[in-house]
Amino acid sequence: MAEQTSKKEKTPRQSMPEQKPEIRRRNFDEVPLGYDAETAIREASRCLQCKKPSCVSGCPVEVDIPGFIQLIVEKNFKGAIRKIWEKNSLPAVCGRVCPQEIQCEGECIVGKKDAPVAIGNLERFVADQERLHGSGELPKTQSPTGKKVAVVGSGPSGLTVAGDLLLKGHDVTILEAFHKPGGVLVYGIPEFRLPKEIVASEIAFMEKFGLKVECNTVVGSTVSLDELFEQGYDAVFVGVGAGLPSFLNVPGENLIGIYSANEYLTRANLMKGYLYPQYDTPIIKGKNVVVFGAGNVAMDSARTAMRLGADRVRIVYRRSKAEMPARAAEIHHAEEEGIEFYLLTAPVRFIGDEKGRLIQMEGLKMELGEPDASGRRRPVPIKGSEFILDCDLAVVAVGAGANPLLTKSDPDIHLNKWGYIVADPDTGKTTKKGVWAGGDIVTGSATVILAMGAGRKSANSIHNYLTWGW
Amino acid sequence: MFKIVKREEMAGATVILNEIEAPKIAAKAKPGQFVIIKANETGERIPLTISDIDKDKGTITIIYMVVGKSTALFKTLQVGDAYQDVIGPLGKPTHIEKVGTVVCVGGGTGIAVLYPITRGFKKAGNKVISIIGARNKDLLILEDKMRAVSDELHVCTDDGSYGRKGFVTDALKDVLKSSPVHMAVAIGPVPMMKFVSVVTREFNVKTLVSLNPIMIDGTGMCGGCRVTVDGKTQFACVDGPEFDGHQVDFDGLIKRLRAYEEDERKAYDEFCRIRAAQ
Ligand SMILES: Cc1cc2nc3c(=O)[nH]c(=O)nc-3n(C[C@H](O)[C@H](O)[C@H](O)COP(=O)(O)OP(=O)(O)OC[C@H]3O[C@@H](n4cnc5c(N)ncnc54)[C@H](O)[C@@H]3O)c2cc1C
Ligand SMILES: Cc1cc2nc3c(=O)[nH]c(=O)nc-3n(C[C@H](O)[C@H](O)[C@H](O)COP(=O)(O)OP(=O)(O)OC[C@H]3O[C@@H](n4cnc5c(N)ncnc54)[C@H](O)[C@@H]3O)c2cc1C
Ligand code: SF4
Ligand code: SF4
Ligand code: FES
Repeated sequence: MAEQTSKKEKTPRQSMPEQKPEIRRRNFDEVPLGYDAETAIREASRCLQCKKPSCVSGCPVEVDIPGFIQLIVEKNFKGAIRKIWEKNSLPAVCGRVCPQEIQCEGECIVGKKDAPVAIGNLERFVADQERLHGSGELPKTQSPTGKKVAVVGSGPSGLTVAGDLLLKGHDVTILEAFHKPGGVLVYGIPEFRLPKEIVASEIAFMEKFGLKVECNTVVGSTVSLDELFEQGYDAVFVGVGAGLPSFLNVPGENLIGIYSANEYLTRANLMKGYLYPQYDTPIIKGKNVVVFGAGNVAMDSARTAMRLGADRVRIVYRRSKAEMPARAAEIHHAEEEGIEFYLLTAPVRFIGDEKGRLIQMEGLKMELGEPDASGRRRPVPIKGSEFILDCDLAVVAVGAGANPLLTKSDPDIHLNKWGYIVADPDTGKTTKKGVWAGGDIVTGSATVILAMGAGRKSANSIHNYLTWGW
Repeated sequence: MFKIVKREEMAGATVILNEIEAPKIAAKAKPGQFVIIKANETGERIPLTISDIDKDKGTITIIYMVVGKSTALFKTLQVGDAYQDVIGPLGKPTHIEKVGTVVCVGGGTGIAVLYPITRGFKKAGNKVISIIGARNKDLLILEDKMRAVSDELHVCTDDGSYGRKGFVTDALKDVLKSSPVHMAVAIGPVPMMKFVSVVTREFNVKTLVSLNPIMIDGTGMCGGCRVTVDGKTQFACVDGPEFDGHQVDFDGLIKRLRAYEEDERKAYDEFCRIRAAQ
């Protein structure tokens, strides 16, 4: 036994082959290339199959991690994906975008002494196996209940609700404002991190077992919640995300060449601006780019600008490296691609030319002072440290708020003081009968897996309601 | 898919009218609202005002000027063809009420946007004086329709080829001098709206303008359509598109509309070259 353990520890964490930084920084192809079966099995063999697996408690939806990993060891990839599906319906997505280092992998026991088991990479591996080589076998759905459910928004929360309720035999229609479904997974997260074909294939799969998707439908404008009930829907789930851009509110912010991250990434991803003029939507290609913020959205914007031909891309962030909220892997990838970090720096104003185009920004250096309400040390400006930086493109990625378009159209839906929907954390029930909500529109900007977790809870509650009543 | 059921050419085929099957939108749309249209998979999302609504037939009408690649592509679509995506109705409807006398000023394709609003004010019991203008006689659109919903109609052309010679602002000054006016609505090229607002401010007449910044989603999600009104940033797609003309920073809007000037010119020339070769 002792001998076996030491043998296991000897296998190092299997690294994921990746496109080389100097090549990938100029293309939109996916960065990590994925494990082959042999590497996946070798990595899976590092798992100790803990009796009380701490990794599982680090996963917001409690995927049976040792369970699926053991099936990989046994080369039963079909079984492994089915094991994951019990808790997570979008593993190809989560394997790629979950902040594993603070979730499952952050709790893995192997990680105490060595690098943790690469749970995310393994999850991605089995999901890709199924998509590319799987049987395409449809899951068993229960017999039709005759109940109709409308899911508003097609991000990860909405897709989870839809998938779960379809399996339970309900008739589900997704209503999406954009012309393509997928939410942030298609308009926000770039191709090089999450190929759009993956999201499309997940949705196409659900359509095979009954999902209906109506795009171009802005609930609150095209149709109201009450009208959905009049049309015969028995329940409505609202998963519209946090689609309101934040700006810096400094002078000069309306100059040409300053985008919200939402606009920049939507132009690049959803509208395929990086393929302009093959696609018709233009996007400004900066040579000297500054990106404000240090979360995943900022990393995605910076790396997109690099791929669109920038000479220099700088991340400008008020705090220090330790406080950067992005996934560790994204920060690492950005650094490898030559993105520079201007930490402890805040914008003061933007400067334009006579045509109203951005040419410079003025910044200010900060130092860390006393901790603030969030427990993080508050950045305070250093007097007289103002400086000017040349730039021709700026992307503001400092967070998002609650978009009021739908919520203000129905007074029965109560909101908190920031405009997010008030919903029961255990069931997703809102203050309006027959309406549930989950994901970023309830919690504020969070993560894919948390939105999916909220979707699952709402789906269970909706099913109870359709079976037993409110 | 959103089928085109009627198509007309106006102003020497520089302006096109399409009636489109879009029952969900027709059921909800009100004057002043707009749709976003995408022709095909690779297309851009283009905002266009809903210029007429037929709730019974489930259709909406758009009237657009051919100015660049996307509108040139729209122009190639015939009756029976379809747009891939039409999204709406978006934006706030015009607040139409009885105020007394309303002057409606329209220039170029702006007249198409102005028409349903003018009709609304007329129906609400207002006295409506309309002033419409174009560069020359051939470019003037919707004269008869505007006449039918106005108590008085003044027509101007820049070159004097029809109606009064001069800008709509000249006719507007005369109207404002001769009779009491309670409100003005001005829709057309941005410089026109700017100068109309300058004139009406002198006479202290509240003026509604409809702004056309570059848009993407049309739902308040990207902030690309931001305009400065009364010193504050507003999103034209959800806070507008109509604003108080006396408070709008028109010069800022004019600059922002030129954001993609160079790319747009190249795309349009390329499109025309390919079409010509076919
Ligand atoms: C650039 C970017 C990178 C990110 N990277 C990561 C990452 O690496 N890892 C991670 O875990 N999380 C990441 N996130 C966060 C994560 O994507 C979100 O937390 C998650 O997508 C929220 O899901 P959701 O279901 O609440 O809504 P969303 O994904 O926001 O989807 C909402 C959908 O609703 C639609 N909608 C909005 N209003 C209406 C309406 N009125 N009617 C109809 N439809 C409407 C929208 O068009 C959209 O499609 C990132 C976010 C962004 C923006
Ligand atoms: C709310 C709203 C309602 C509108 N209603 C009408 C209408 O009823 N009839 C009509 O003819 N036009 C209308 N417009 C303007 C119309 O959207 C543009 O003319 C069109 O997008 C030009 O596209 P293009 O590719 O043909 O030209 P481009 O080559 O893209 O541009 C040519 C010119 O159009 C401007 N433009 C480009 N993209 C946009 C955009 N997304 N929005 C606004 N202007 C743009 C540019 O500044 C440029 O001067 C409206 C715009 C808005 C925002
Ligand atoms: S869903 Fe995310 S957190 Fe859970 S096991 Fe998979 S990668 Fe880890
Ligand atoms: S904690 Fe680590 S070693 Fe233990 S079961 Fe989970 S992945 Fe395997
Ligand atoms: S068009 Fe995106 S916010 Fe108005």
